[in-house]
Amino acid sequence: MQATALGARLQRPALHRLGTFIYLRPWLVLALLLGPPLLWMVVIYLGSLASLVVQSFYFLDPFTGQVIRKLTLSTYADLLTPANLEIFQRTALMAAAVSIAAAILAFPWAYYMARYASRRAKAALYLAVLLPLWSSYLVRVYAWRLILAKEGIVTWFLGALHLEGVLDAVLRLPVIGGPSLSVSFLGMFIVFVYVWLPYMILPIQAALERVPKSLLEASGDLGARPGRTFRHVTLPLALPGVLAGSIFTFSLTLGDFVVPYSLGNSSYFIGQAVLSFTGTAFNIPLAAAFTVVPMVIMGFYLIGARELGAFEAL
Amino acid sequence: MRKVSYLFWLTAVLGLGLVACAQAAPAPEGGPLQKVGEGEGSVSIVNWAGYIERGATDPAFDWVTDFEAQTGCKVQEKIAATSDEMVALMTEGGFDLVTASGDASNRLISAGLVQEINTDLVPSYSTVDERLQNAPWHTVDKDGDGTPEHYGVPYQWGSNVLMYNTEVFSEPPTSWSVVFEETTLGDGESNAGRVEAYDGPIYIADAALYLMYHNPELGIQDPYELTRDQFNASLDLLRQQRELVNRYWHDVGLQIQDFTNEGVVAASSWPYQVNLLVFDEQPIASVIPVEGATGWADTTMMHTNAPHPNCAYKWLEHSLNAKLQGDLASWFGSVPVVLSACEGNALLTDEGCDVNGMGNFARTSFWKTPAAACGFDPAGDAGPTDCVPYHEWVTNMIAVIGGR
Repeated sequence: MQATALGARLQRPALHRLGTFIYLRPWLVLALLLGPPLLWMVVIYLGSLASLVVQSFYFLDPFTGQVIRKLTLSTYADLLTPANLEIFQRTALMAAAVSIAAAILAFPWAYYMARYASRRAKAALYLAVLLPLWSSYLVRVYAWRLILAKEGIVTWFLGALHLEGVLDAVLRLPVIGGPSLSVSFLGMFIVFVYVWLPYMILPIQAALERVPKSLLEASGDLGARPGRTFRHVTLPLALPGVLAGSIFTFSLTLGDFVVPYSLGNSSYFIGQAVLSFTGTAFNIPLAAAFTVVPMVIMGFYLIGARELGAFEAL
Repeated sequence: MRKVSYLFWLTAVLGLGLVACAQAAPAPEGGPLQKVGEGEGSVSIVNWAGYIERGATDPAFDWVTDFEAQTGCKVQEKIAATSDEMVALMTEGGFDLVTASGDASNRLISAGLVQEINTDLVPSYSTVDERLQNAPWHTVDKDGDGTPEHYGVPYQWGSNVLMYNTEVFSEPPTSWSVVFEETTLGDGESNAGRVEAYDGPIYIADAALYLMYHNPELGIQDPYELTRDQFNASLDLLRQQRELVNRYWHDVGLQIQDFTNEGVVAASSWPYQVNLLVFDEQPIASVIPVEGATGWADTTMMHTNAPHPNCAYKWLEHSLNAKLQGDLASWFGSVPVVLSACEGNALLTDEGCDVNGMGNFARTSFWKTPAAACGFDPAGDAGPTDCVPYHEWVTNMIAVIGGR
């Protein structure tokens, strides 16, 4: 055994020496392992973020549309107009509403997956959650446009059930209503919840899986009814999962532009404003300043989520 | 951990410095080409959807294949959806030509993004409609020597139209009021939620044009040169319109969908959508109402650093070919800039030019970039600066669409 190992060593002295060299310098191993991801993170990811922040301090020559590379705060003055503040408010409210609705819908589903589903049923449920992610998100949003259109499937279906009155009443509601589902904030909300739901279900399910059954039994032994056990044991232990899911749904909604582009009443959302300022108006400084806003909002959100322990369930 | 965060900050600061230093030098501007040489093998063109057809949608509409065979210049096209996007793409660079509308062309010229065209190298230039040969949106005296230079070759023009549903309107609407004021339509229902408007800052000019006719005391002379009061009045009209508008369209395909299954019955539109819907046997027609209409006159312009100048000049000449002009007019619903294209074109037919609005030239207010340097009350050495500049059009239109 030793002889063979020795033979192999003699055959590959260079490799062997390299091995010894590395073995004797643990910091080198660390550098080799961590270097590439760290370089990626810092240079590509944070570097582009830094460039974004710098760009936001430039400004645009109004007529020629050329970016003037001087550091000023004038772009931020343009950013904080009432119309733009409304865009932030609209986007943040939508993101919050979508996160809450997604959590409410996802929890029972995740609970069933974690507690009751048989091994086989669980696999099927996983598939059901992940299946929509296999097709293009753009196609799904466009499909929803047709489903929610005034002469679309939903209207037809409700008409067949003689429930047009309900739809009309809902659409007459201020703010969330509109001429048709596809032109209202309600329709946009439905599509947002649909596209981001899987990102909520999976972390909640992971968190619920980790709640020890013994704790629930102990709670029952101590006389708590199921409702009380749920409120005082299950929910607090699963809360990090809900928060982790909400980080996804909140940030994804905050930055999305495809849904507001295709549905709703053309009112701008942050992602759309960024798109129109970069893609079309070429007001890169203002677009960059716009992007800083969701970064700030997410920053606060993440700090809050960390306080509540969300990162333990990611 | 401490070390890692150290490294993190160091790199972040380095990255910041790098970005701050990376300043692009402005491109040097040379004179125009004096002789068209051998083609470079390709030419890339930023254009509107439907402007460069190679028979892919309908084999009868093809004005690229022949050009490629004759010149060996392979045409690469890049579709832009709005004028701002065209300016953005040209700023990015790497393209040879752009079919710029009047609201982009002057911006491109003043930003130095397009080069002077030597019209001697475009023999067909003399066949261009005389009203367009020296149009101010491509002919500018930039070097200040008293003779304006040409910065492009006219391509097509047309007016925006009022597209409407013939089942709801038994008679063609005569005024843009059906999209600006709440009215009861032919089917007994209000127009609220059933009309659309264009999703672009230049649409403010449509409101100004409407006011020019209905509110003469505002004294609007030109819908693209608005003083503060006139601009505010136009915005008020647009805010009133916001209550009626279901959504603002920016995507040709989405607008067509809205007319087929979203119950939209009237909107400012392009002849292109009208033609497609009529072709699809939808109950759709279009009209230019009594107020006139805004319109576009597009010019093929050449990038200052065009990588393929010879092929670009070959395309400029080809773009004025009567066959191409007629076919394109028929396809896009526009009007040719070469008048001989109006006769004897099988696709356009002899009535085509009139159908597409040939007679509307005088009633069309062509898109141009609103600039501060205009006005009716010049004072001081800096010249008149009474008008509201374009960047304010952009921010205000976003505010109006957002319901403010």
